This record gives sequence, C-alpha cells and structure tokens, in this order.
Amino acid sequence: MLTVDIQIHQPYALTSPLDLHARFELPAGRCLGIMGASGSGKTTLLHSIAGLLMPSAGVIRSGDSLWFDHKQAVQLPPWQRPVGLVFQDGRLFPHMSVEQNLRYGMPAVLARIVLPEVVDILAIQPLLKRKPSELSGGEKQRVAIGRALLRQPSVLLMDEPLSGLDDQLKQQVLPYIKQVIATFGLPTLYVSHVGDEVAEVADEVFMLAQGQLRQVVD
Amino acid sequence: MWNLSPAELAIVLLSLKVAACCVLVLLLPAIGMAWLLARKQFWGHALVDALVHLPMVLPPVVLGYMLLVLLGRRGWIGRWLYEQFHIQLTFHWWGAVIASAVMAFPLMVRAIRQALMQVNPLLEQAAQTLGASPAKTFLTITLPLAYHGVLTGGILAFSRSLGEFGATITFAGNLEGETRTLPLAIYSLTQSPEGDAAALRLVILSVLVSVAALLVSQWLERRLLRSQR
Repeated sequence: MLTVDIQIHQPYALTSPLDLHARFELPAGRCLGIMGASGSGKTTLLHSIAGLLMPSAGVIRSGDSLWFDHKQAVQLPPWQRPVGLVFQDGRLFPHMSVEQNLRYGMPAVLARIVLPEVVDILAIQPLLKRKPSELSGGEKQRVAIGRALLRQPSVLLMDEPLSGLDDQLKQQVLPYIKQVIATFGLPTLYVSHVGDEVAEVADEVFMLAQGQLRQVVD
Repeated sequence: MWNLSPAELAIVLLSLKVAACCVLVLLLPAIGMAWLLARKQFWGHALVDALVHLPMVLPPVVLGYMLLVLLGRRGWIGRWLYEQFHIQLTFHWWGAVIASAVMAFPLMVRAIRQALMQVNPLLEQAAQTLGASPAKTFLTITLPLAYHGVLTGGILAFSRSLGEFGATITFAGNLEGETRTLPLAIYSLTQSPEGDAAALRLVILSVLVSVAALLVSQWLERRLLRSQR
C-alpha cells in the first residue's frame, strides 16, 4: 500500500507557480489514473514520490517503510526507494543493449519479478541484443516498462508512457501495460493528459487541477 | 642515418614512459575536477576554474620555478618529502612526469568537462530511480557516455607531455638518461657544434612518435565507438 499525503509548493516552476496538495492511498493491485493539463503538476507529483523532488510538507509511506516525512526530516534518496518509474521519453541508456538496460536495476539475488517473465509478457525477446537507437518508439517504451519492473518495485509509476507515440503505436503498447498491471499486482499510478487512455488502464481516475486531486466519478 | 643509437632509443623510451605516466597520474584528478566544474555550483567556482586553467596562460618556466619552490629538495613540500621518505623529485624522471602533468592538467580537464556537460542529466536521474547510487550512476552512466572526452583528454595530455620543455628543464633538470626527454635532447644537441644531424634525427623521430600516438588514439576511439553503437 502506498500512502501519499504531500504538499508541493514551487513558486518558481517553469510554466506557472505550482501549489499542489495530493492525498491518496493506493493498495496493491490497484491502478490509480491521474489526468491533468500540462503544467498541472502530474510529473512533479510522480517525481516527488520517486524521490527526485522534495515536497514542501507531508508524508509518503510504502507499507511499513517511511520514504518521506517532513516533520521527522526523513527523505530517502531515489536509489533507496523501490520505485519503478517509467518516464515519458523512456530514458533508455544509449550505450547499453536492451538486455543490459533491463538488468540495470535488477537485484543480484531474490528477484520476485524475473527477466524471462518480463521479456515474455512485453514480447521483447527479439530486441534483447539491440541498442536503444535501433528500436521504434513503442519498443523503447516496452523496454522502459520492463526495466522499471525488474527493479522489483513496490510501486509502479507511469508518467505519460504513451505520450510520444502515434495512435497506432499507442494501441499496440496499451495492452502490454494492462497485462503488466494485471500480472504483477503492483500498486500503479498512471499519469496522462489523455482521458481515454487513463480510463482504459486505471481502476479509478482522479483529475489534477488547481493543485487539488478530485476523483472523476464517471 | 636511420639506425637509432642506444642513447637515442633510451631518449624515446623515456619520453614515452613520462608521457604515459603523465596520463595515468592525471586521469583521476582530471575526471574529478572536470565533474566538479561541470556538475557542481559552489562558492569560488570561477576561482577554481581560473586556477585550473592557469598553466595554459603562464610561461612554462614560471610553472617549473613554482614547482621547484614547492617540490624542490629545499621546497615547502619537497623538503618534507625528502626528510620523511627520501623522495626527491628534481633530477628524477618522476619530476618530469609531474612537470608535464601540471602543464597538461587543464587540457585534460577541459576535454572531459565538455564531454560531461553533453551527458543528459535525465539519464542519471533514471539510473537513480533504478537503485543506482551517485557513485554507481557516475561509473556506469556518466563516465561511459563521456568516454570520448576522457580519450581526447588523454591524447592531449600525452601529446603535451611529449612536447613539454620549459617546466621540465626548470624543475626536473636536463639529466641524460633520467630527465632528458625528446625536446630536451633536441635542445641539448642544438647547443653542440656537431649535433645538427643528430638533432634532425630526433626531430623526425618526435614527429613520428606523435603521429603514431594520434593514429593509435583514433583507432581506439573508433573501436570504442563501435562497441557502444
């Protein structure tokens, strides 16, 4: 279970000043979708959970593990948070093969999610020896999802994973994402500005606007 | 004309040894300094930057003299080195290494710094979300992606060391078999009435060694590039 109750105050944000309050609980096996316009703070929220940004106040907890607590001055660095973050642009390491990318975050022992399983679900076996520069946009995102999963995360964060793809590729990748969420049962936060996409993946959908998260009923 | 005498061969080997050691000695400090200047903002950044580049604008003889004051047998640090460990850098080939390393340091830092600045910090961020500590991120992402800068810096340092004269002769001296590298040997020969032919041979040898070093580095770069594609 991921518990988030944070405030983010960024008076000098790139687009406009950002004041955000996010409060939600995300149990295992559930996928929470967050929609919002560009600059509403979706990526900022995910980066705060991953430890790449520090919220102004509040608490982030994953199960019994405290990741952030402003009052207790707890701030785990990103490399100590078992988070699988899929970036908008994939961010595959260009000097490594697909297989090396996949193995990068894998623990040496006690892997719950194993390479053959991930490779199989995402259908990336033929790509293993290739370099990221030899992959299409959809293939890159599938590898990025696999890499995040093999980190053995306790929460999966997807930051507009399909935003760089055309409609045809989106339709190709979307089933893989749904399959991943269904198979591994990880609490998943799926962020996008495309309502249909979020609705297709998520169990419940929230709208992020004016710094507040509001549940979308229909 | 083209048969190298044992003395000439010794000069070439000494020059190569000094240049290779210069690169090895500089590698870690240059990478560290380049990273500091490329990635960190701190009070005094501009001053450190200026100090790093000082050897590029100061006359080499001035630097040689400064090294003598610092590391000479009666120098501030040199005296202590000699009294504690019996280490004397002047009139020793390690002195030539240090003199050329000081001269080559800014060249190496500049090349690596430029390469580090071209590495996308978002990739480092991605590595950290995959559990990589800053040290692992640097060693597995940043440095491999900036390898061409390290290679270029190494070549520049090697070449600078091969051609170093002023600081070496001032600090390490011009001792045959110990600190007399190619440029110093050429200089010595031009000072003697019958040395012209031998000096010309060493000049040609100098050019050949430098061209060979450049060819090897280009070959190395191509190989590295191929392995990363």
